[in-house]
Amino acid sequence: MSTDTINITLKVWRQKNAADKGRFETIPVSGVDSHMSFLEMLDTVNEKLILEGKDPIAFDNDCREGICGTCGCVVDGIPHGPNKAMTLCQLHMRKFDEGDVIAVEPWRSRAFKVLKDLMVDRGAFDRIIQSGGYVSVNTGSAPDANALPIPMAVAEKAMDAAACIGCGACVAACPNASAMLFVSAKVSQLALLPQGRPEAAERALKMVATMDREGFGNCSNHRSCEAACPKEISIVNIARLNREFFKAGVLSEPI
Amino acid sequence: MKWLTTTLGSSIGKKLLMAVTGLSFIGFLAGHLAGNLTIYGGADAFNGYAEHLHALGPFLAVAEFGLLGLFVIHVLVGLVLFWQNFKARPVRYAVNRSPGGKTIGSASMPYTGILILLFILFHLSNFSRFFVDQSGTTIYQIVSQAFQSPVYVGLYVLAMLVVGLHVSHGFWSLFQTIGLNHPKYMPAITVVGLVVSVVFALGFGFLPIYIAFIA
Repeated sequence: MSTDTINITLKVWRQKNAADKGRFETIPVSGVDSHMSFLEMLDTVNEKLILEGKDPIAFDNDCREGICGTCGCVVDGIPHGPNKAMTLCQLHMRKFDEGDVIAVEPWRSRAFKVLKDLMVDRGAFDRIIQSGGYVSVNTGSAPDANALPIPMAVAEKAMDAAACIGCGACVAACPNASAMLFVSAKVSQLALLPQGRPEAAERALKMVATMDREGFGNCSNHRSCEAACPKEISIVNIARLNREFFKAGVLSEPI
Repeated sequence: MKWLTTTLGSSIGKKLLMAVTGLSFIGFLAGHLAGNLTIYGGADAFNGYAEHLHALGPFLAVAEFGLLGLFVIHVLVGLVLFWQNFKARPVRYAVNRSPGGKTIGSASMPYTGILILLFILFHLSNFSRFFVDQSGTTIYQIVSQAFQSPVYVGLYVLAMLVVGLHVSHGFWSLFQTIGLNHPKYMPAITVVGLVVSVVFALGFGFLPIYIAFIA
């Protein structure tokens, strides 16, 4: 545990808009309460910048309790910072020491355009999800419990995949900027359950096609995504996506 | 046939091509190593092995062309993947730290691959019947002649370490790509992969040393 207040230096990426080239700005920050979260620290920096009449640092955030997937930037070379299985909003300044120089960069990928400073456009993820289509779930009154028998272990695996919050840390961490962990989680959460089987083949084919079109890199099994994922999504899902994709490519009827 | 090109042309399909061709190279290397071990049986055993191999005639030619085909696929698809992955991050990070997962083997895959390609060309130019006149001499004489040079011994040993590094990531990775990642089998696949890479590096790598200094 470090002292209650620390002095740090931020080397933060500043970029006016998508067309701007961008550069690093060095901002000394004194008297940082070490109980603040990383985003709260950025808030205090922004308050000061606004009072000085300067442009505040733009960064994405929403729930600030690690469940929405909106926040995230690369802190000292690691997406969401040095904590395991945590989003950036859950990172606290007590993780840093007096005098630390902290580099803050946006997610870097051809598919995620930087909009401003640390904000990136993750619309590519939305388009992948959209291309996946729908699941056949009847509306109306709730079905009988256990009308569809699903073993506990299978439900858990589907839930583990569904824990993906779509933050994009997997892409940011991947040496190839590949979105395979994200796509594999989205394909797996439905492919594992009987409700998701009817469209499983079409979903795998279309989501992979969209992923490729959006300009993400190719997976080469570095496993950096899994290590950076705040929800600890396993690369076992990538193997499942590969199986679903091959099965769909070889066996499915032409649409 | 559009389904085939769409499937194999996708990012996952290209990885499948790498995995399947890579697996066949592991099979080839295992066979190549088993054959080379006859060197420990002396000149006659090794020359006998080479004669038996050449006696296969057309079968050998088919195997060679098959291997060449797989090799061309592995190299070309690998280069395409390397290029696409390079382009996928136009602006690099100022600070690069690994959150974990990445190994020396996985990080160096394209580079070890290119080194192995260069080595194979060098290796064929040294020993292959297509490039070296083997009439009036035996393969054992050609090999022991070559390894009189400490430069050759050093190059071959280094190249075999590079092969070991390539296989150390390639082996488990190809099973993951094919979709065979299962909690029951993956731990075993990982261990077998490491053992295979060490066996290849030491098994092939010790042969030049044996020929140069012991035989």
